[in-house]
Amino acid sequence: MKEALRDLIRNRELLYMITWREIRIRYKQSVMGLLWALLMPIIITSAGLVVRIAVSKVSGRPITAADIGGIGVKALPWAFFVSALRFGTISLTGNSSLVTKIKFPRLIFPLSSVLTSLFDMAIAIPVVVVLLPFVGARASWNILWVPVLLLILVILTAGLCIILSAGNLFFRDIKYLVEVILTFAIFFTPVLYDASVAGKWRTLLMLNPMAPILEGLNSTVIQGRTPDMSWIAYSAAIALLLLWGGTVFFQRLEPRFAESV
Amino acid sequence: MSEFSLRMNHVFKRFRRGQQHDSLRDLIPSLVKNAVRKDRERALAPQEFWVLNDIDFEVKKGETLGIIGHNGAGKSTMLKHLSGIMVPTRGSIEVNGRLSALIEVGAGFHPDLTGRENVFLNGVILGMTRAEVRRKFDEIVDFAGLEEFIDTPVKRYSSGMFARLGFSVAAHLEPDILVIDEVLSVGDFTFQRKGIEKMRAIAKGGATVIFVSHNLQAVAEFCERGILLERGQIVVDGPTDDVIRRYLDTAVNHDERPARGPVRLVGTKISGAGGETGTFQAGSRARITVRLEAVASAEKVAVVIQLFNADFYDVFHTSTQRLGQPPLSLEARQKAECDFDVDLHLGPGTYYIGAYLYRYDTESEYDHVFPATSFVMTTDRDSRGAANLYPVVARFDAEPTVPDMQVLAPLRAPDRSPA
Repeated sequence: MKEALRDLIRNRELLYMITWREIRIRYKQSVMGLLWALLMPIIITSAGLVVRIAVSKVSGRPITAADIGGIGVKALPWAFFVSALRFGTISLTGNSSLVTKIKFPRLIFPLSSVLTSLFDMAIAIPVVVVLLPFVGARASWNILWVPVLLLILVILTAGLCIILSAGNLFFRDIKYLVEVILTFAIFFTPVLYDASVAGKWRTLLMLNPMAPILEGLNSTVIQGRTPDMSWIAYSAAIALLLLWGGTVFFQRLEPRFAESV
Repeated sequence: MSEFSLRMNHVFKRFRRGQQHDSLRDLIPSLVKNAVRKDRERALAPQEFWVLNDIDFEVKKGETLGIIGHNGAGKSTMLKHLSGIMVPTRGSIEVNGRLSALIEVGAGFHPDLTGRENVFLNGVILGMTRAEVRRKFDEIVDFAGLEEFIDTPVKRYSSGMFARLGFSVAAHLEPDILVIDEVLSVGDFTFQRKGIEKMRAIAKGGATVIFVSHNLQAVAEFCERGILLERGQIVVDGPTDDVIRRYLDTAVNHDERPARGPVRLVGTKISGAGGETGTFQAGSRARITVRLEAVASAEKVAVVIQLFNADFYDVFHTSTQRLGQPPLSLEARQKAECDFDVDLHLGPGTYYIGAYLYRYDTESEYDHVFPATSFVMTTDRDSRGAANLYPVVARFDAEPTVPDMQVLAPLRAPDRSPA
């Protein structure tokens, strides 16, 4: 693990260049350019809006601006998570010519997928910030929790990307598995709804390590409350465990990448 | 004792034919075995073979080493071990200094990015810092001769331009040890010469160079020492010329090579008026027959034949394309034959025939066998060199003797002023 970190620091320019390449290619030939970064969050928020309107029709409880704001705030990290995992899973197999021809720490590939998606999120964040006052966000010092929550999010995503990229190199069907799971994961994760709607099943929902992060963002940014500490700690623990375990797993398999890809 | 640059200590590498791991059921036990390290010692299972079999050698600092061997002998695998891309099953590798491996030109090039962007990307991938690339940028572009096109996406480059730019980046690495695999076979002739000159300059600068190529002339010219690999073993290790000579003497069995592309060479022979033979009289007509077979369907196959003499000089080569013959497209398991009729106006000595198959439009190699076969030229007139110009001594007589005084006359300074 320590070795992995040292390797990465030594190759930081490479990580930068590979990420730069991904970003450059993604935006170079697209008509929409940077609007791509906003597309996913907008679609997620719209979907959430439809769901909320339907629910409010049934329950008779009107939707508030804060509800919409909450979806918007959670849509960004969810879009990040999904795109990072999608690209991260195929990051080694997609770069097979580099994996088999050049020696450098292969951790760079899944990590650059995370950074590329992080870049997309960074573009979308200012847009959300500008919109916050209009959706009834309550400004408070609790907003300082946001960097902590995002850090946990990035660690969690990186850990998963590392594991999935190595796994997909040996078993190509993992890519399809990830696609299927990501498509339906939005139903099991409180993105379009709040975890509280599950009532007594809330605990079950919160076991998904993404849930406390999203709930935390909603309560700190929109409601101005402190996040649920014990659940945040739980998420952080899972994230660190995945990153550590994933790196060990990855490095154990790394010597066989070149001949297996 | 002079300092070593690189050392392979009894390196073994086990490969498996076909798929590596098809299922988790297969992978997990092997991981566990790997963890307890018992796996390293076990004998070969069926379907397995040693792609490297007890490779043991040392390269001194500043040495230039050429590695030769037939396709599938383990050259590329060896380089991948040297550069750390693969890890040996058994044995160890020591590297002393900064090693740069050039196993493919333009690795990491992205077709949508411009030449400039790719130079930076590729430079960093190969181990330079961005500042280093920036400093050498003009030199790199100048060497490749691509100033006008540097802001064009590389997808619009010809394959030659692509290769030149890729080689140029790699040539400016300034490593302690440079490992090069066959990259000079790309690009036009002048650029190949330029590439060899550049490698020579790198070697002169004190770097150790390890060079793998089918271009025997380049290996002979460039490397002091050679290693001949055969089925994963070092067969000869010594002065380059000796090693190449030995290599040329081991004719290839076409069938023993692993299948690579969709079409493979299955036989090459040379025959004269009286059928297949190994000896020809100067000036006689011969037919070189290349037989090929498609493993899967293969498109636009063109055939190249090449003739080397014993000094590894490329005496002659041509292709169906050059001779105006359209390429063939083959279906799976379809066979084909190609006859070239040649007049052997060659000097006496041994000649080696190589055969290549490549894709006509993309110029990518399908298969390659060298030396595929060899033959001996004889002549009734003793002359040397690659060509036979059928010399006849038309006149050879002494001028009549003259008195002493006149012999001195030509010693006076001749009058060079124009008339």
